[in-house]
Amino acid sequence: MVVQKSVSQTMMALNGDEAVAWAVKQSNVDVVAAYPITPQTIIVERISEFVHNGEVDMEFIRVESEHSALSASWGAALAGARAFTATAANGLALMWEILYITASTRTPVVMAVVNRALSAPINIHNDHSDSMGARDSGWIQIYSEDAQEAYDNTIMAFRIAEEAMLPVMITLDGFTISHTLQNVSVLPDEVVSNFVGVRKVPRIKLPHIYGEKEIPLMLNPKYPISFGPLDLFDYYFEHKVQQNEAMKASVPVIEKVHREFTEISGRSYEPVHMIPYKTEDADVVLLGLSSTMSVVRKVVDELRSEGKKVGAIRLRVFRPFPADIIRKELSKVSTVGILDRSLSFGAEGGPVFMEVRSALYSSSSKPTVYDYIYGLGGRDLPPKLIKKAFNELIEAREEPEKPVIKYLGVRE
Amino acid sequence: MSTPMVGWKDLPMAAVPFLSAKEYPTGEWAVFQPKIDESKCVKCGLCWMYCPDSVYRWDGESVPVPDLDHCKGCGICATECPTKAIEMVRI
Repeated sequence: MVVQKSVSQTMMALNGDEAVAWAVKQSNVDVVAAYPITPQTIIVERISEFVHNGEVDMEFIRVESEHSALSASWGAALAGARAFTATAANGLALMWEILYITASTRTPVVMAVVNRALSAPINIHNDHSDSMGARDSGWIQIYSEDAQEAYDNTIMAFRIAEEAMLPVMITLDGFTISHTLQNVSVLPDEVVSNFVGVRKVPRIKLPHIYGEKEIPLMLNPKYPISFGPLDLFDYYFEHKVQQNEAMKASVPVIEKVHREFTEISGRSYEPVHMIPYKTEDADVVLLGLSSTMSVVRKVVDELRSEGKKVGAIRLRVFRPFPADIIRKELSKVSTVGILDRSLSFGAEGGPVFMEVRSALYSSSSKPTVYDYIYGLGGRDLPPKLIKKAFNELIEAREEPEKPVIKYLGVRE
Repeated sequence: MSTPMVGWKDLPMAAVPFLSAKEYPTGEWAVFQPKIDESKCVKCGLCWMYCPDSVYRWDGESVPVPDLDHCKGCGICATECPTKAIEMVRI
């Protein structure tokens, strides 16, 4: 993150959960529906306090499960509200059915997912198995590195969701970010409020019912419409292609909103989809997501001082996947290591590995790609293991190694 | 749908088909549908409340009236009716 200039901001000591709650508090949200107990986090606890204290004009719905939490958020958003929910781990798994429905009906719900391991065994600590499992559900996914970014991403998510008409999942690493206190620059209420504005509902034409009149795309008794009813072999395929195209069309929206956010906050996440670190002349690069990458950058600095040409890339936007950008960024790199904090059981490697290697297959330079599965269930990844991975990758430049999929930090 | 088949570029956004749910006569799927014995009905509204398809029309005072064009015949109303005023009849 690069800070270019600063408007008057308040420095607050917030953990990642509280940072998200503050962003929601300032973003003119109409409805928050959430399941209040485990695996829920402090995010909705804080929001419920804001509601209780009358600090926000917001409806807070306590529901009996995460399936209902997302259903209620979806319904509220269909009725034109700005809706938010939050969950983690098995809570996200229970939302499964409604994840797809929210995306398919182009409903701009924003959800914070605190990345925590899926059961069984019960764990609670950080890995990415929850949101990675939802990677094909049609949600935009943006991964945050720290509490500040979780705050920023939440504010931007409302704009991105409503302009792209797609739901947005912003994530923060369980405990590492969610429960760790950090200095967070909080923007003035009115600056955030002006930035997100009031939700505008797009208008569509349904000629067979309403002729040439444009009607609001929402549940509205004045112009009743149905969302997602029966669509068999006649139209389902077309709707799915349309949804996939909407994902592609969200790329410039994501970039635009980031740039506008930089103007109000002075904080830049350029070039948005991923952030390279010392990759210009790097022979070897480690690519990964979220909080781990701050440690990786520190190791890059250490190895650079030893004269090793290493670099790092932190991927921020995993969906839509920035294949072109990754291909370009890695065009001069000979060896790439992927840090995957989840497993895709029975697949060749982790989800990030599969996406990146697939993107590089059509690259003329075709770097060699290795996968490091690490940190499952919150297992620590200390700098010495990151260093070990870098050194292995440097050696693999001379003599390519097998296997390409390895576990980092597991006992054998 | 009897209208010309359009491609994905011309479809309205958001899985919104050309017709509202009102225009889909899902009652055609039913094998059994409810018949209400008005003499047994105590106007409690449980059928109206329990119906998963919101088929019952009820003003809060009279005997609820099912919209059979949209009743798929699940029989939950008949099961829940405390006075057994609803009989599921093969159609």
